[in-house]
Amino acid sequence: MSNEYERDRDEQAEELPAVQGRERLAAPVKRTGMFGARTTGDTSGYGGLQVRGSAPASSSRPFADPEDPRTADYDRVADALEAALGERGDAVERVEVANGEITFHVRREALLELVRVLRDDPALRYELCIGVSGVHFPEHTGRELQAVYHLRSITHNSQIRVQTTCPDADPHVPSIVSVYPTNDWHERETWDFFGIVFDGHPALTRIQMPDDWHGHPQRKDYPLGGIPVEYRGATVPPPDERRSYQ
Amino acid sequence: MTVTEDYIDATGGDWDDVIEKAQATSAERLVVNMGPQHPSTHGVLRLILTLDGETCTEARVGIGYLHTGIEKNMEFRTWTQGTTFVTRMDYLTPLFNETAFCLAVEKLLGITDRVPDRANIIRVLVMEINRMSSHFVAMATFGMELGATTIMTNGFRERELCLDVLELITGLRMNHAYVRPGGVAQDLPPGAVGKIKELLQVMPERIKVMRKLLDENPLYLARTQDVAHLNLAGCMSLGVTGPMVRAAGLGWDLRKAQPYCGYENYEFDVPVSDGADVYARYRVRVAEMEESLKIIEQCLDKLTPGPVMIEDSKIGWPAKLALGPDGLGNSPDHIAHIMSGSMEALIHHFKLVTEGFRVPEGQSYAAVESAKGELGCHAVSDGGTRPYRVHFRDPSFVHLQAVAAMCEGGTVADVIAAVASIDPVMGGVDR
Repeated sequence: MSNEYERDRDEQAEELPAVQGRERLAAPVKRTGMFGARTTGDTSGYGGLQVRGSAPASSSRPFADPEDPRTADYDRVADALEAALGERGDAVERVEVANGEITFHVRREALLELVRVLRDDPALRYELCIGVSGVHFPEHTGRELQAVYHLRSITHNSQIRVQTTCPDADPHVPSIVSVYPTNDWHERETWDFFGIVFDGHPALTRIQMPDDWHGHPQRKDYPLGGIPVEYRGATVPPPDERRSYQ
Repeated sequence: MTVTEDYIDATGGDWDDVIEKAQATSAERLVVNMGPQHPSTHGVLRLILTLDGETCTEARVGIGYLHTGIEKNMEFRTWTQGTTFVTRMDYLTPLFNETAFCLAVEKLLGITDRVPDRANIIRVLVMEINRMSSHFVAMATFGMELGATTIMTNGFRERELCLDVLELITGLRMNHAYVRPGGVAQDLPPGAVGKIKELLQVMPERIKVMRKLLDENPLYLARTQDVAHLNLAGCMSLGVTGPMVRAAGLGWDLRKAQPYCGYENYEFDVPVSDGADVYARYRVRVAEMEESLKIIEQCLDKLTPGPVMIEDSKIGWPAKLALGPDGLGNSPDHIAHIMSGSMEALIHHFKLVTEGFRVPEGQSYAAVESAKGELGCHAVSDGGTRPYRVHFRDPSFVHLQAVAAMCEGGTVADVIAAVASIDPVMGGVDR
């Protein structure tokens, strides 16, 4: 049984600089050195610099930023979604508002049910699915693959992003073709390029690459490929092997 | 070639063999492969049709023959270099591709409001000229695929007028790489406004000629009316946007619904038709061209002198080009400025050209109303100078899924009309 003072102290403990510093150091290293050159030494004197990524961002209410008119509608959307989900509210892990866009991070098991609510609930009515796009983050252990959906409501003239993740070891996400038939080809494309398996898709086959292709080309561990080009005695390496500055 | 009691698969092989074997079997259905190299499939599109006599009972679409890995390649170049890739996706709407990409990058950078007015007006101007040129090709190729070469020659002739203006402004007929993050590559060159005014004078007459040729043409009506019907519910579930959804009766246009580049400041109508057939799509396209002319006229009124690239030396592309004796090249004024005028300018020039600008970590989605529908760009940055991931939602890609819904149950001749009314461009579909 803790008193009020102790509860306050425990709540504030997360904001202490030491705690934040530990969290920061636990984040994966994104870049080393000043210019990110890997082929030759970094002579800037900052060769030992380590730039770390940030922890998963999460926004809290109110989602509307008075200075950004693009966000004006987001509290209404979040309320409507919360009301429509009711007890199933844990489907949404966190909500993020950035760059004037709202993102609902969703547990993959709950995705299909959630998009059905998003499409059918009168207060939401996201009739149009813009498709799914994959993103591969090899360093995000346990959530390497992301499936990003953009939904558009014509009734309410609103646009949201729904996002879910799956680990490389178990690359399964439920298919939402039964709710949005337009996602048929989008999901095939994301399977083709990222290897995300959309469970329940009517015919998940490759769409852009040949049927007998090995690998999923837009993953980060898949090389770009290319051959060195000779020009007037000099050799230009392929783009992914050239000296580059990040 | 496979012959069963149920169907004859005529994929590959000689037609004489097919006929011989077809006579020997009782199978009624014939599976034919149309494309990927076929004059009526808009590039390398493959259609797998199951025919029962003249009727198409099943239509399946095969794509991927023009996949060029643009999205992957972009991850190995700077954000600015990205525009030279995206302009080659849907090669009939290069300026829409560039604008969608640049809007997504600008959103990530948080500079959407700092893009100069003049740059936005020029973007709208070139996009609307591009819309006309794309619609002319849509009509022209449609005519050609139906066997009407006059429509084709007329369409391509009028399109060339649009391309002449774009060539004067950007330096190229296609693949412009003109719209850049932060603005546009160049200001309008001398004589551009005069040339656009000429276009505005000539074009209404040319559109009228097109209308006179097609609007009431009994042959054209017979091939297009009540063909490839796709109603609003079908459009919504299949994600169909652009002229096709407007031809199904919904006046949905991103320029009105979610204005970008200052479209809220222009007066124009969104043409709608409720035929939901090939003819309605034609009527919407031709009416849209007339609206485009209105917008272009307003652009010229709005043009006031000013910068065309964001005034931020850490983002704005520094190099200016000038016309020299051997063509367009480095501007001597700019070189004098960086080499002997300002050391900061030299540093900025060097950093931006070799390394590019850094884009804050995050993701954004920007969409424009391209000539074909909603063209979206989902850009993800890891905070570096190169895109971490860029994905394009190309309208042609989405719309080709509707082929089965529009063709099955119709005649094989209507398949051609249905595909042509989508106006797909395989460069955009396959990227």
